[in-house]
Amino acid sequence: MKSRLPCLERAGLDGWMVRLFDSIEVDNLLWLTALAKECEAAFDDALVDLVPSYTTLLVVFDPLRLTPCEARQKLTGLLAILKPAEADTGGKLHELPTWYDPEAGPDLQRVADLSGLSVASVIDAHSSREYRVFALGFAPGFAFMGLLDASLNCPRLDTPRKKVPAGSVAIAGQQTAAYPVVTPGGWNLIGRTPARLFDRNRDGFSLLRVGDRVRFVPVDQEEFESLGGDTADNTPATYGGPDDE
Amino acid sequence: MNENSLTGFRVTRAGPLALLQDAGRFGVRQLGVTQGGPADLHAWAWANRLAGNPWGTAALEITFGGLELVAERDLTIALTGANLGISHNQQPAPRWRTLAINAGDTLRFGTPENGLRAYLAVAGGFCGEPVLSSVACVPREQLGGFDGQGNSLREGDRLTMNQASATPTDQVAPESEQPDYRQTNTLDLIPGAQVAAFSGRSLFDAFNTGWQVDQRADRMGVRLTGPRLQCSISSMVSEGISLGAVQVPPDGQPIALLNDRQTIGGYPRLGNLTPLAASRLAQCLPGQRVRLRAVGSDYALRQQRRFMQVFG
Repeated sequence: MKSRLPCLERAGLDGWMVRLFDSIEVDNLLWLTALAKECEAAFDDALVDLVPSYTTLLVVFDPLRLTPCEARQKLTGLLAILKPAEADTGGKLHELPTWYDPEAGPDLQRVADLSGLSVASVIDAHSSREYRVFALGFAPGFAFMGLLDASLNCPRLDTPRKKVPAGSVAIAGQQTAAYPVVTPGGWNLIGRTPARLFDRNRDGFSLLRVGDRVRFVPVDQEEFESLGGDTADNTPATYGGPDDE
Repeated sequence: MNENSLTGFRVTRAGPLALLQDAGRFGVRQLGVTQGGPADLHAWAWANRLAGNPWGTAALEITFGGLELVAERDLTIALTGANLGISHNQQPAPRWRTLAINAGDTLRFGTPENGLRAYLAVAGGFCGEPVLSSVACVPREQLGGFDGQGNSLREGDRLTMNQASATPTDQVAPESEQPDYRQTNTLDLIPGAQVAAFSGRSLFDAFNTGWQVDQRADRMGVRLTGPRLQCSISSMVSEGISLGAVQVPPDGQPIALLNDRQTIGGYPRLGNLTPLAASRLAQCLPGQRVRLRAVGSDYALRQQRRFMQVFG
């Protein structure tokens, strides 16, 4: 189903889904970031929340201050004059030390088999790219990053794990991520980072924000541990959470 | 919590799930942090109203029952929402009205008789440790609650509150605001973008047959079982999900997403329940029947404004 983009789609009484693109491209971020900024200014106190994702921006407003119709008019006005953010203003660069090892990344071999590469080449392919954060969701601080080298494109596990250790670095489809806390999860685990991805003592809580740039830097077990990495299975998942990250 | 906080209650028995909830956590969806807040906004708002508290004050959401509290001082409280067989010193406790209780009094929540979630507000309001500007308790995210760590009430907890400063203007909720949650509820739904991707037959079924509330229901979402809905889209690029979104995964059985939903997701959606419909669904027990009714946003807005007017 093709529709003309951008378009506005109703998302309940208090939301508009602004659909800007129909496929995932790194440059989408420049437009989505710019629109989010414009919305903050234009909606002011009537803005409740913004949820950016790969191709869309969900704008949630206070329906007692602004009717859906008024909100729509504002958005239409913004879209008419929207300019993409400058490419070089794109986000902070994070280097996440990552221990790539079958012990921390039990799916390394599976990924190697599926992609027809050696484990060493899988690690090389994953760590030699710079990724962008497209969205946060699934769990606090869980950043969806891309795009992966096409050779690493592997489907999710048929049966999600009940418990993925915190810090696990994982891939699925064109995306990569690191799990901030222990949760259930269905992505392919290829390593683990000691970085604290969601920390309530940090200003803003989440290490990674939409638009940030990320590199995974291979480290050995000794360095992983010296950086505070936990080789055990951390603490147990205490709930039966979502399985569609 | 602040230095002026008092202890209002002591928890002498913890039920399965009793959570502190203010209006919710907003402006933080970009961090992947969910909304939280009362699953039944309507009953929560009335509890605060009858306790003389302003909008947004933190109150307890007691799911299923099982909780037992002892008052540590003389208090003005209000109980709304589900009838969980609540007793006050072994006598049935009146709901939907302002209630004075004394130090040493016991409040005991039994099991659901009508509805699933009861709300307890105390004049002055409970106070917890705000995280990201809210005390809304989300155990899955380990955020909010009295200690900020997302814990449900536990035996031995002392529940802190602020000194009451106002007297309630309303002491009883009108009869019309006290729902019978056992009825077959009609849930208003504002159709969304993917509605046209469902087959004609599925759309007919969605709005003309009864749905059953499944066992798989919690503060994240409620599954409905019934006719299998067919959609030409099986999955989409993940995008933001707002309150009440009714998503339909490939098994064709809808899931209405509530306060603790994941912030983004990739299933096609029929649309969104209105906030009041989401509140009503949160009171439904597994096995209960509901119907979906498509409404326009103008109608939904009038309903919401009428509801909110009371709370100024």
